[in-house]
Amino acid sequence: MTDERVLTCEEALRFLAEYLDGQLEQAEDRDVEGHLARCRSCYSRAEFEKQLKQQVAALGSSDVRPEFVERIREMMSRFIASPTAPGS
Amino acid sequence: MFASPMAVTGSDRAWFAGEVEHLLPELFGTALRLTRHRTDAEDLVADAVAKAWISLDSLERRDALRGWLFRILTNAFLTNRRSAAARAVHEALDDAGDEAVLFSLFERLHQPFLLWWGDPERAFLNKLLRVDLERAIDALSEPFRVVVVLVDVRGCSYQEVAAALGIPVGTVRSRLARGRAALQHALWDHARDAGLIATAGRKREEAS
Repeated sequence: MTDERVLTCEEALRFLAEYLDGQLEQAEDRDVEGHLARCRSCYSRAEFEKQLKQQVAALGSSDVRPEFVERIREMMSRFIASPTAPGS
Repeated sequence: MFASPMAVTGSDRAWFAGEVEHLLPELFGTALRLTRHRTDAEDLVADAVAKAWISLDSLERRDALRGWLFRILTNAFLTNRRSAAARAVHEALDDAGDEAVLFSLFERLHQPFLLWWGDPERAFLNKLLRVDLERAIDALSEPFRVVVVLVDVRGCSYQEVAAALGIPVGTVRSRLARGRAALQHALWDHARDAGLIATAGRKREEAS
């Protein structure tokens, strides 16, 4: 296990997006975390980006029209009744 | 479970139908952000469900259904949209300068001399409506929107996005950075127009 590398703010911010996206290697991840634990400005930036990312992620679910639910149900019923249904 | 086509049983088919209905809000939400139109999004979901049904015997485990369905949905969208002209536009966008990635909403809002518990950034986010974010994402040009949706809405890894789009991981990073910067710029513009920005943030913008 290598020691934590002390990052400058510039370096930490360069890694920030990948850190929040969970795309960093373990050592880099630890380096960024270490910087955020020491630097209030970068910590505030990280919290802001994280909250914005969470609000964007919440757009991944939307209300569905009842007519569309019915369309999918009918489609599934038709598929299930079909003689070419998978495994039939 | 579905090790071979013959392994799909009647109960598996009923289970699939139930799971699809359960996942509809998420499938539709993702499709809506990708296509930007409700009817197109409904057609895309129906198309993806039909494709998934046809290849149900290739699903190896029930707990893999969710990821599998979203991959099919994304691929169906990309197949519909892929064209030589679109690719040329995408490449031109990828070659654009770096100015686009410089915009940071946080830097516009942050007031470093404010007492640490004063938090204009959080106050700003708390005022954002879902519709504000929807409009800002919908306004992104397609190559950026697709990457932002896949990473930020769907939680895909850069590798997964690169594989789905057939582009290098470096291009995913670049489009993501530009897409997010453009999204934040659009949110800033909207917030300024709607009077949601604190005085300090507006003054900083007027000075720039």
